[in-house]
Amino acid sequence: MSGSGTSRKRVVVTGIGVVSPLAVGAELTWKRLIESQSGIGRITQFDASGLPAQIAGEVPEGPTAEGGLTLSDWVPVKEQKKMDRFIHLGLAAGIQAVEDSGWKPESEEDRCATGVMMGSGIGGLKTIYDNSVLVSSGKARRLSPFFIPSSLINLTAGHLSIRYGFKGPNHAVVTACASGTHAIGDASRLIQHGDADVMIAGGAESAICELGIAGFCSARALSTSFNDSPTTASRPWDEERDGFIMGEGAGVVVLEEYEHAKRRGAKIYGEIGGYGLSGDAYHITAPAENHEGAFRAMQAALKDARVTPSDIGYVNAHGTSTMADDLELGAVERLFGDAAAGASMSSTKSAIGHLLGAAGAVEAIFCLQAMRDGILPPTLNLDKPSRESVMDRIPHTAKEKHVDIALSNSFGFGGTNASLILKRFKA
Amino acid sequence: MSNEIADKVKKIVVEHLGVEEDKVKPDASFIDDLGADSLDTVELVMAFEEAFSVEIPEDAAEKIATVNDAIEYISKQKAA
Repeated sequence: MSGSGTSRKRVVVTGIGVVSPLAVGAELTWKRLIESQSGIGRITQFDASGLPAQIAGEVPEGPTAEGGLTLSDWVPVKEQKKMDRFIHLGLAAGIQAVEDSGWKPESEEDRCATGVMMGSGIGGLKTIYDNSVLVSSGKARRLSPFFIPSSLINLTAGHLSIRYGFKGPNHAVVTACASGTHAIGDASRLIQHGDADVMIAGGAESAICELGIAGFCSARALSTSFNDSPTTASRPWDEERDGFIMGEGAGVVVLEEYEHAKRRGAKIYGEIGGYGLSGDAYHITAPAENHEGAFRAMQAALKDARVTPSDIGYVNAHGTSTMADDLELGAVERLFGDAAAGASMSSTKSAIGHLLGAAGAVEAIFCLQAMRDGILPPTLNLDKPSRESVMDRIPHTAKEKHVDIALSNSFGFGGTNASLILKRFKA
Repeated sequence: MSNEIADKVKKIVVEHLGVEEDKVKPDASFIDDLGADSLDTVELVMAFEEAFSVEIPEDAAEKIATVNDAIEYISKQKAA
């Protein structure tokens, strides 16, 4: 099957959808990203004034035409209460991606060859919280019958399949902050293995609730020093960084077997060139020494894609604005060796925060857009790196550069690592 | 009293099922005519319980299939 054979099926991307703190919409998010805009602000979804971290990357409300979220444009009002917000955001991105791809299977055979794989790190945390409060106040019998299906992580995939009649593999990934990358990688493998011709894949997350922010605060993971200047808070590699900024949103791609895409004349954004996975076997939240697990995931992705570091023009780093940034930098430098000087790397979390289980999916889409437009997105707020490097980290402003192959990294709590190689499409 | 109950029941049905008010006729079935699924009906019964401060046991709830069923059951409970 996949792997060593020369006849491995090729997987291309034929649709994209993004919901981010910058905008609802893949292209508007991208435009604002390369204009160095920030989507980070004071938390509005609940009163965070009593918590150490009071800022986040929230999806903006507003008219759809202006890149805001008008939920009723994506989910009928009657259905909204049956889903946690992470599913709302996942549906908005999923619908964008499917409509963008133009893939509307009519026959039973085509429907059965179309699947969905949507990840999330946490799922319906706010819904679980709200219902726990009911139970705690003696109202267990008042729980909504929709409580469980609105919280379950795989329900984004469920709702997308129900909406469009996609009867192929229906799956969900839960690997914390690596979920989005794993979803795209695993879905690609399903296509290569012949389980499906088309997979809708990505991640969705919305954990900006009191329980989510307080929980990550307790784990000492969030930035707490920039509550009064939110847009400067996410500063990957900068010496003043002090934790990540929670973001919310969703990223979805339509993955398609190349011959299938060619037959129907689909537009192609790029190709999934390779995928690598590893585990740290080290610590529940801290990365392994020298980020050696990340190193192995990247190495495996390069091997899978049959490329060498010198082929890679852009790295979208995991880069969460925590102490681990320099460990990732070190791992990338070791992997790239002499090629490090010619490569560019940035962390787009500097603009949108950390979308947890959606991060890898949104960032893979940024890689495709970067290659398409010949523009690499910047690392905002990188005023003074805590560690020097020969690698260009694209501080402050986007950079014009022709890139044929990009690498995207995602690492999660529990010591889970995933890397994707994305390629400019060449027939 | 029963008109009050009927109006309130209709209002709850409109809100929870997202249907037009004129479709909520006495003999309208929640599932067959108003687009509800089994979970919707569970939620609807819970909304009736909350709004009218009554308890509707599961076996009784299963028999509430139409708007009129709901109005009659609640009216009886309130009269008791």
